[in-house]
Amino acid sequence: MSLSILKAGLFTTVQDRGRIGFLQHGVLESGAMDRIALQSANAIVGNHENEAVLEMTMNGPEIKVERDSLIAVTGGGMVPTVNGTAYSLGVPLFVPAESTLAFKPVALGYRAYLAVAGSIDVPVVMNSKSTYVRAGIGGFEGRALQKGDRLHIGKKNKEAMKRFDQIAQKADGGVFAENWGANGSLLDRGQQKIRAFPGTHFKQFTAKSRERFFQQAFTVSTQSDRMGYRLQTEEDAPIERQESFSLLSEPVAFGTVQVPSDGQPIVLMADRQTTGGYPRFAQVAAVDLGRFAQFRPNEQVMFEPITFQEAETLYLKQAQAMRERKIGIALKWKDY
Amino acid sequence: MSAQAKKPELYVLSETAINIVFGTEIDPEIHKRTKKLMDLLEEAPFEWYLECVPSYTGLTVFYDPIKVLRIMGKRDTPSAYVMEKLREKVREIGETTGEEGERAVVTIPVCYEEAFGLDLSHVATENGLSEEEVIRIHTSGEYLVYMIGFAPGFSFLGGMSQKIATPRRSEPRTKIPAGAVGIAGIQTGVYPLETPGGWQLIGQTPLKMFDPNREQPSLLKSGDTVYFKAITRTEFEAYEEGDM
Repeated sequence: MSLSILKAGLFTTVQDRGRIGFLQHGVLESGAMDRIALQSANAIVGNHENEAVLEMTMNGPEIKVERDSLIAVTGGGMVPTVNGTAYSLGVPLFVPAESTLAFKPVALGYRAYLAVAGSIDVPVVMNSKSTYVRAGIGGFEGRALQKGDRLHIGKKNKEAMKRFDQIAQKADGGVFAENWGANGSLLDRGQQKIRAFPGTHFKQFTAKSRERFFQQAFTVSTQSDRMGYRLQTEEDAPIERQESFSLLSEPVAFGTVQVPSDGQPIVLMADRQTTGGYPRFAQVAAVDLGRFAQFRPNEQVMFEPITFQEAETLYLKQAQAMRERKIGIALKWKDY
Repeated sequence: MSAQAKKPELYVLSETAINIVFGTEIDPEIHKRTKKLMDLLEEAPFEWYLECVPSYTGLTVFYDPIKVLRIMGKRDTPSAYVMEKLREKVREIGETTGEEGERAVVTIPVCYEEAFGLDLSHVATENGLSEEEVIRIHTSGEYLVYMIGFAPGFSFLGGMSQKIATPRRSEPRTKIPAGAVGIAGIQTGVYPLETPGGWQLIGQTPLKMFDPNREQPSLLKSGDTVYFKAITRTEFEAYEEGDM
């Protein structure tokens, strides 16, 4: 045992990269909502980039760390505190045994990710450790964490072990944070709007709706969750089809923007169903999904048009930037 | 392969998924092509292939663009490269005229008694039939699994008789028990997990339609043939205890 949950927080689950290979059985992908934050947190502590972490929402948990641990918290919405002292997001943090790890809300962002060197050790169910709450699959007993839960930390790989030893030596039994860190999205400094390209049924919507989608602000509904972000239009201006048509269900993807007949768009997220029957109006560019997953209920979001070609290029550039971030992190660890 | 089969359309769904559409209707011919393409991709997967999802209309292929990047030519983009490879596969199945692969046959025992078939009398009244006739029609059909979706293991079956077709309930139930057998329009299917839902419930199976611990978690898969068989309440309970 290594992490003992004293307070659960709003909604804390174990997540990794998600399930691959079971969509044809109707089993959702799940996984971290903000993949950039997931990969960054793991990279800092030396885990494989897609290993299991805790995904924490808005109000973080309070955790008794029972053993000396190397951790990193990335994403947004909160910063870690150890025995009452706050630390920055993205820094390697040595937490000595018997410390209390808690989280302090901050104004920006919605989801934070806690990686521990060695990773969260829960059974692999269908290729993944991710929690899919609705079906009770994966993670810690298939559900969000509760007070009293105790989580195991897995065996550290060579790299994680090396980093743990390094920082433990510096920490000398106390709490210790490095003076460098890695957090936040990649490639889009200053990018505020969420970029999206036309979906399969884009042209079947009215010209006015198509235009309006990229001009007006949408409010993220409080009914939004890991399955989908429901968006409300400003001053009741729904996204309308030219004429009504019915569709057979077809597979959907992370970031697919569906518009039901009420004209209020739904952006499908990590826990989306495998197939959907509403028209696919647009697709959020993958490069912006992590940033979009950090939007809070009641926040306003604006979209900006992008072509698929541009989106694809940015996706590849982001993957390259993540590789560079990993190299940068590794060099920092070697700097001792 | 029907001569009128439409030219398949390929388009990008996202940076990591391509959709191949064979048609827009519920049609066994479209299903046959979908299944063949899926088998072809799964038997000898490309290096960049992740998984695919069959639907009524065709197949969606998920891939890893970073792996594509390593092997594609300089002039390509990952999506253009994958689309070309998939077009080749589509041409390949277009030319095969041979028999379909083996299809698994699954018989699903259903108890249609009143405690389980909450909407059975409604389905009967709606179609001017007796409850016995509804059961007889439902159990005499041969059904094809077109797709699994909506929830883990939820199967969309085609082939139900128009004689018992019934629209969805106007007010969906908030809780439907696992194993409930329902009707929605000309579709029929089994709820694998306790979920909300609007289908007309006519019975319940004791079979576990979805089990994450099984090698194939969903009892049914796209392309399977399904029959329903009526059982008594005693038989249902015996199933539950694992006696049969």
